[in-house]
Formats: sequence, C-alpha cells, structure tokens
Amino acid sequence: MPKVIKNVGCPYCGACCDDVEVTVSDDGKRVLEVKNVCAIGTQIFMHGGDHDGRIKLPRMRQPDGTMKDVSFKEAIDFTAKTLLKAKKPLMYGFGSTNCEGHAAAARVMERAGGCLDNCASICHGSSFLAIFDNGYPSCTLGEVKNRADVIVYWGSNPAHAHPRHMSRYAIFPRGFFTGKGHKSRTVIVIDPRFTDTGRVADYYLQVRQGHDYELFDAFRMVCHGHADDIPDVVANIPKETILEVAEVMKNARFCNFFYGMGLCHSDGRNHNIDIAISLTRDLNEFTKCTIMAMRGHYNITGPGAVWSWQFGFPYCLDLTKKTMVHMNPGETSSVDLAMRDEIDAFINIGTDAGAHFPIPAVQHLKKHPFITIDPSRNMASEISDLHVPVKICGVDDGGIVYRMDNVPIQYRKVVDAPAGVPSDEEFLDAVYERMVELEGEGFI
Amino acid sequence: MSTVTLTAKGTHELYLEAYNVTPDAFAGKTADEIAALECHEGNRKGKLGEYFDIDGNGGDTAADTQIIVKGDCKKIKRIGQQMTAGEIIVESDCDMYTAGWMKGGKVTVKGNVDSFCGIGMAGGEFIVEGNAQNYLGSAYRGDWRGMTGGLIHVKGNAGNDVATFMRGGKIIIDGDAFLHVCTHGEGGTVVIKGNVESRVGGQMVKGDIYVYGQIKYMMPGFKYVDDVEAEAVEGEKLTFAHYIGDLGERHSKRKGEIIYGNIYLKK
Ligand code: SF4
Repeated sequence: MPKVIKNVGCPYCGACCDDVEVTVSDDGKRVLEVKNVCAIGTQIFMHGGDHDGRIKLPRMRQPDGTMKDVSFKEAIDFTAKTLLKAKKPLMYGFGSTNCEGHAAAARVMERAGGCLDNCASICHGSSFLAIFDNGYPSCTLGEVKNRADVIVYWGSNPAHAHPRHMSRYAIFPRGFFTGKGHKSRTVIVIDPRFTDTGRVADYYLQVRQGHDYELFDAFRMVCHGHADDIPDVVANIPKETILEVAEVMKNARFCNFFYGMGLCHSDGRNHNIDIAISLTRDLNEFTKCTIMAMRGHYNITGPGAVWSWQFGFPYCLDLTKKTMVHMNPGETSSVDLAMRDEIDAFINIGTDAGAHFPIPAVQHLKKHPFITIDPSRNMASEISDLHVPVKICGVDDGGIVYRMDNVPIQYRKVVDAPAGVPSDEEFLDAVYERMVELEGEGFI
Repeated sequence: MSTVTLTAKGTHELYLEAYNVTPDAFAGKTADEIAALECHEGNRKGKLGEYFDIDGNGGDTAADTQIIVKGDCKKIKRIGQQMTAGEIIVESDCDMYTAGWMKGGKVTVKGNVDSFCGIGMAGGEFIVEGNAQNYLGSAYRGDWRGMTGGLIHVKGNAGNDVATFMRGGKIIIDGDAFLHVCTHGEGGTVVIKGNVESRVGGQMVKGDIYVYGQIKYMMPGFKYVDDVEAEAVEGEKLTFAHYIGDLGERHSKRKGEIIYGNIYLKK
C-alpha cells in the first residue's frame, strides 16, 4: 500500500510551504504523488528516492578528461587533501541543504582556514549589508497573514518565483484581522516590468529601471513633510501617484514591504534596501510597517542564521586567519574572490556556480581543484574534478530549515536515498575527520 | 628621518596581506627585525622578508620613519593600515585597504588603488595619483561612523560609494565618481571635479558636496535654494548653485534652525 505522509515541508523556494501531502511507494523508494505543491515544488519531490536516474557514486575526473566512478572513501580523501593543500580554499553554495550541513561545513572550513560563503552572496547578500547599516524592522509571515492590510511587492515577482506566497501568506488568506482575505487588502506592486504579480495589484507603479532609490526618497519626503518639494516626475512615476500611494501606506493598519532581486540587484544594491528600511522606519511614525526579503531557496536563510551564531557574520566569511573571522563583501564574497583570482581551491555545494557565476570567474576557478557536492548533475558538476552525490534535503534527508522570515521548520525525510549515499553533513563530517587524520600524519 | 625601502619580490602566488607595512610597526627596528614581521598569504603566515627585499632601518619613532615600496604591489593589501604617523610612498598600483583606518602621517600611491582604501580614516593625508575603486573613504560594513578626519586626494577617478557615513575630513577627486557619494553623510566635505552619475547625497543628514561637472540624475530630495560663492579647494573661488537635502532624511536643529546637507553644483 502506498503511504501518504502529511504536513511535509517543500524544499524548493523560500516560502517553505509545510502543508504538502506526499504519497510514497510501498518500498519507500519513490514519490508517487504530491499534493498542495506548486509546479516548481512538484519536481523536486520527483527527483528524490532510489531510481535509475540518480547518481549513486562519486565521479572523479581522469587524466584523459573522462569521469570515472570512485568510492566515497576516495572522494573524502581527495576533498580533505585538496583543502589541506590550499592556501585559500573557498566553499560556496548551501541554498539547498539543511542547517546541520551548514554547521558541518563551517567546522571543515575553520579547520582548513578558508573562505565560506552562501548563495546570498549573489542574491540577498546586499540586503545583509543594508541590515548591518540600518537594522531590520521585520515580522513573520504569520503576522502578515493575520494583520497586514497593505502589501507592497517591490522588485519581486512571487507569481513565478514563490508561487504560493500570495495564496498562503500575503494576499488571499483570511487571517485573524484580515477575515475578508483579498478584499481586506490593498496590493501595491512596484516593478519596471508588468509581471503576473502586477496583475493582482490595486496600484501598479512602473518605476524606471535602476531608479528605485529616488522613488523611495520621494516617499520618504512625504513622511518628512516635504511633499510639496517632490519634483513632478520621479523615476517615471508622476507626483500625484506618489502622493496617493504614500497616503495608502500611511493609512494602513499594517503595511508590509516584500522585496526581491529587483531591488537588491539593480544599481546601488544594498542602498536600495537601506532606504527601503529607512522608509519602513518613517512609516512607523504613522502606522505599523515592516519589511521582508523574498529569500529565494527554501533554506538560504539557514546559513545566515547558523554562521551568525557560530562566527558573528552571516556570509562571506574569511576564516584564513583561523583565530578570527573577517567579513567584507566586495573582497570576501565568492564572485569577487573568483574574479580577482584570490583563491586556489573551490568546493561548490548545493548550488550551481557553473551556471550562476560570470564566465571569467568560473575560468579562474577552473585553474585550481574544483569539487561539486550535489545530488544532481549541473553545469558545475560537469566541469568538476570530483562530483560527490548526496541526499536531497527535504526529500530523502530531514533537517532544520529556516523560512524567509527566519522561522525554523523541521523538514522530514519522505523516501530512502540510494544505499550508501551520504547526507551533506555526513560527507562533510567524514572530510573533517580525514583532515584531522592527515594533519596527524604530517600531511602538510 | 630614516628611510626603509621595500622591494616586492613578486613571490606571492595569491594576494599578500601586508598589514605590518606601517611606520608604526617599523619604528625602532633594524632591517632584519622588519624582515621578521608577520604577514599573511591566504592561511599561510609568512614573514615580510620572504616577500620583500628590505633595505634600511626604521627611525626611532613612527614619525621619523619613511617607507618606500618598490616593485609590483598590485596584489598587496593593507599597506599603511592603521598608521598614526610617518610616511609611505608606494611606487606602483596597490590593492585593498591601503591607508585604511589611518590616523595620521602621509601615504602616497603613485599608481591606482583598489576598493576600501582610506576606509574609516581618522586623520593624516592619503594621496592617490591614479584611480581609486569603490568605497573610497567609506565606513566599514555596519559601522555608522565613517571617515572622521584627514584628507584623501585622488587625482584620477573613483568608483561607487565614496564617503559613505562620512562625518568629517575632506575627500577631493579630480576626476569622476559613479553612484552614491556621501550616502548617510553626517559631516565632512567631498569635492568632485568631474561628473557623477547619480545618488549624490542620498539619505544625507549633514555635510557638503561640491561637484564641478554634471550630476546626471539629481536626488529628488535636494532643493535648489540660492547661488553662492565658495572656495571648495584652496585658491579656487567659484560660483555654485546651492541645494539642500536630503529632505527625506532626519535633520537636527541648531539655534532653532534646521541643518541640512548641502550640494554645491558649479555654475
Ligand atoms: S511556493 Fe515554494 S515552498 Fe511552496 S510549494 Fe511552491 S516551491 Fe514549494
């Protein structure tokens, strides 16, 4: 009899829907059906379990350029030796693994004296910089669902990137003080493109690309009593519209800004978030207002939480001094390290640096040992010297996951991984132990 | 004044962190003792003598010590970091954090510098004959106290984020700057003799910015008030259009009058 498992968390996007129903086969090896999941979430469940398409052994690049299956023991030894030999190794990724994996990675990189970074570095890292500078007046998605009556999506398109975000938390659900659901909320979408999210908006503002900072400044001028001094048009938005929308925000009972890559990766990056936080603070003079980053992967908030607890910084950690941690994105961020050719060994884990990094960065990385730890083939795995398959967290491995609003959720294993395939944590712990052994033998 | 000449051997494979190349660290030391000072290449701790030929002894105090750095320093970070007195002359390009958190003395770089140079500067003089990259005279991440004193003069162009959280001192850029000048500024003076793309004085509380060229996109929060004659750089009296702002930011009052940040745009 196929078994139905209820209240499972979806290991895809930062919305972390935890009401999924998964039907698994008799032998517990395959997912047969999933319910309450959007189109993009469905796929990840289908990839898990023990099936023919799964890579079951590490693959090592041979002198003739081909890949050959090797044992996990060899893979552990190669990884440990690569890390010990390097003067400045980098381990990057972690969007798609659990917090136990993040902690294990931190132990390994502290021992190796290298750099440790997560995908926030090319994603919401600029939000961290703004948060360091200006604080983070945020809330949980539960508060948004139950209280918020004005929702602003700025530079983010949940209709495609977080498909159930609007229906579970932000626009459609009937909450405690928002009993009429969609009808009790005003939706403002600010984006240079008229997206599918824009279609549900009561106010859609087509801001000029790269000029969000100016538009925020104009909204802040209203809050500071300088509405009359606003120029006639700011960032392609007429003054009357700015005044009208500012009134909507000021008169909200609870207003929340959700922002995405449109803000934190257009010109000015962290400054766009910084001024958004300042506007949030200003609006609190009139009403309750909060702000939240639309974090992409289901557990990309995790490494920030884990490493902040371990080292005091959420990403871009330079552990090379071993006695203290240094963090300065622009210098210790993965793409900058790679572009400037600052590192001499690279481990790509739970992400695809091959697809996401600029080509010159990958070319520099490829000059040195290059290892990928990931359940699937991807562009990085195909150019790697070693590809180590691991379990898929949330499908064939459980663990702690942080939702985009920093709420931890316990994820569950629903099917069995192929025999012998380790989790990220198990693999990294074995690498750590091998490093200790090698150091004891005087390897370096 | 005693002069120590360092010549980079180019033996570092990665970037070298030469945080001990300061008059403060060299003062009272012989060439051999200087050669034994620590530096870092990645996680390997090394000695300055492994990476530089060292000639001459340090003076009795930092103020009596001059350091001349020769050879290719393009991949050397942190020269002159936290120095309090004396002089450093770098004859080539050099990398990040040059003159970072500097408190006194003088640093001259004859080439270009990378990002985060003059960061958190509190005093002294920092001259760059070439270009500077981003975060010139800016604050360290999360620090609301940026540059508090001293002078930075870049003879070429600068990148983004000049003088973030600046509170005092002066920055002169003979060429252009790009985005974000004096963001969150709370004092001090920035003079840009070339053009700036946009976001000049965003979230600025206090301070003065002079621009001789064009600002392509002016912040909406700045309002024209009057024309004034001013001397941004000694001996250069010019007429400027005077704007106040950022009107979207908090401002304090002095003697009942609100103090704004100022942008002076050359007429
Ligand atoms: S919205 Fe995100 S978390 Fe929810 S089901 Fe879709 S992919 Fe999974």
